[in-house]
Amino acid sequence: MKHKTFFWFILPSLAAMTLFIALPIVSVFIQSLFVGHEQVLVVSESCGPFGCSQTTSVDLEATEKLREEAPLGQFNGLGTYLNRSHLAFAEIGVAWAETDTWNDFWSVVGDLPFYRALAFTLTYTAVVTPLVILLGLAIAMGVNTLPKLLKGPSIFVSLLPFLVTPLVGSLILFWMVDSDGVIGATIQLIFNDPNLSLKASAALTWTMLIVYGVWHTLPFSFITFYAGLQTVPDDIIEAAKVDGASKWETTLHVVVPHLMPLVSFVTLMLLMDNFRVFEPIVSFSAEAHARSLSWIIYNDLRESGNPLYGSAGATSMLTIIGVVILLTPVLLRTWRDFNRKAH
Amino acid sequence: MATASENRMTPGKIIAFSLVGLWLVIAAFPFLWTFWGSFKVQADFFSKADWTNAIWGTNTIAETGSAYTGQGYFGAWITEEFWQNVINSGIVVFFTVVISLTFGTLGGYALARSGFRYAFWLLMAALVFRAMPHITLVSGYLLPFFEWNIWGHLPTTIIVLVAINQPFTLWMLHSFFLNIPKDMDESAMVDGCTRFQAFWHVIVPVMWPGVITTGLFSFLLAYNDFTVTAMLLSAENETIIPAINSFLGTTQVEGKVMYAVAAVVSATAPLFVLILFFQRQIVSGLTAGAVKG
Repeated sequence: MKHKTFFWFILPSLAAMTLFIALPIVSVFIQSLFVGHEQVLVVSESCGPFGCSQTTSVDLEATEKLREEAPLGQFNGLGTYLNRSHLAFAEIGVAWAETDTWNDFWSVVGDLPFYRALAFTLTYTAVVTPLVILLGLAIAMGVNTLPKLLKGPSIFVSLLPFLVTPLVGSLILFWMVDSDGVIGATIQLIFNDPNLSLKASAALTWTMLIVYGVWHTLPFSFITFYAGLQTVPDDIIEAAKVDGASKWETTLHVVVPHLMPLVSFVTLMLLMDNFRVFEPIVSFSAEAHARSLSWIIYNDLRESGNPLYGSAGATSMLTIIGVVILLTPVLLRTWRDFNRKAH
Repeated sequence: MATASENRMTPGKIIAFSLVGLWLVIAAFPFLWTFWGSFKVQADFFSKADWTNAIWGTNTIAETGSAYTGQGYFGAWITEEFWQNVINSGIVVFFTVVISLTFGTLGGYALARSGFRYAFWLLMAALVFRAMPHITLVSGYLLPFFEWNIWGHLPTTIIVLVAINQPFTLWMLHSFFLNIPKDMDESAMVDGCTRFQAFWHVIVPVMWPGVITTGLFSFLLAYNDFTVTAMLLSAENETIIPAINSFLGTTQVEGKVMYAVAAVVSATAPLFVLILFFQRQIVSGLTAGAVKG
């Protein structure tokens, strides 16, 4: 295809992506270098019969005018990145110097908002992804042994948790595990503790979110692996049987290696999706114990009346860097494959 | 041919069956429970005393005289004007899907037929864009959109969703077009067609299976979106998902939680129908990227 034809074909798509994905990243970066204006204060002196007193008040008009003239705020350089809500190097330095044990040090770091969100996001991604892959593989093999009549309906049922809107799916689960819901009330009954709530402690909240994550993404890995199982050539299985391999050995040494390319594909997709975990925290109103990177950006933007664009921008930039780090192995491998093919 | 040994129940098979059975219950039960409960009053759906109330509707009978009530649905659709959100969602989803597919087929075709290095780089950039959490992009939109006075309108949200959808659409249609033999359009060009004519007369008639599959996923992305629609739409233009979220914020009063439950069931219904009719396409679409390795 000629360069010119290629250009005209790709133009609409490229324009949309440049305008609404690439440029916003630039805009986020610029925002992150500014902080909102402080309120303009006026000091007025009022003198009465008993002497003079000074009062400080906010000049609403001047503040408004300043915000209108420079909506970005004032230039702050990398200040936002380094403050307590983000990388907080100063606080970490102090903690490093003042704490004696690793435990103390980590508990100080864990209280810093950015690191707390990062810890949750990484834990969520690191727990949900392997669980979903292993369970998905197991269920795919299970469904594969089902009679033909049952295969279609079980795939139908399995698709529901995956395709349902994340916000809606997590609400459905939340209403069940809430202290008045059917599962929540049953748990209270079992442990005989009427105040037991899954939202009460960080550990329980994290578990609840992770269970939701597995429930929501398991169908994706299961269906991909199930489709992969259909492509395992029969003669290889037959050959393994002839060579005296047991069923378990065949699975381990023939089927699983055949599915390996799928495993890396599923891992990539799951990593990307789990890293942006956000909606379940809104639905479960779990923000007291679990905040993800996406959630703290959302919270900054939601700050009523006065959104913290600078702070949201800085967290966004750090998140994007995180995504790129996460994807580096994949990008490098694709790059190598491409070069091998080209030469 | 199933032999006798294949039909025998082995311990391995029993474990496999029970695992699948357990999963199916876990997958389906929350939906059945919520659907059933949406026709009850709050005292039954959140019945602390006795969970069987939610099944038999003890309090629902006491309050309304019948075991089933449409109060939640009436409250959500009529009192809270949920139908307005449904119309908004319809507009957003329809235009997002149509525009995404138009842009995506043109771009995906070009990427599949161009062997140049920049085509590879575009696909890699699209992969990185695909991984971007949507909220990071939204924080870049807000300030400029406020400045230009285009915040809160449906067209703005549609074009943003189209853009966010592009990386995925491009990848999917690109791998689909790779499967259509090059000879088809190239022989048309030998016969004197321009590239676009070849695309229009030769490729378009055979591309519909791929386009429908991709369209299903564009639909899901637009329909399921919360991040973009919650941040970019004003209250009167809200689509259904942010509307459900704002129900929760404002309706913690007794009885009104059921509005949200009814709205949730209403929002799930179209997805249910979608899976019913397009199960095969969805499954093939899920694995489309994977088959290539």
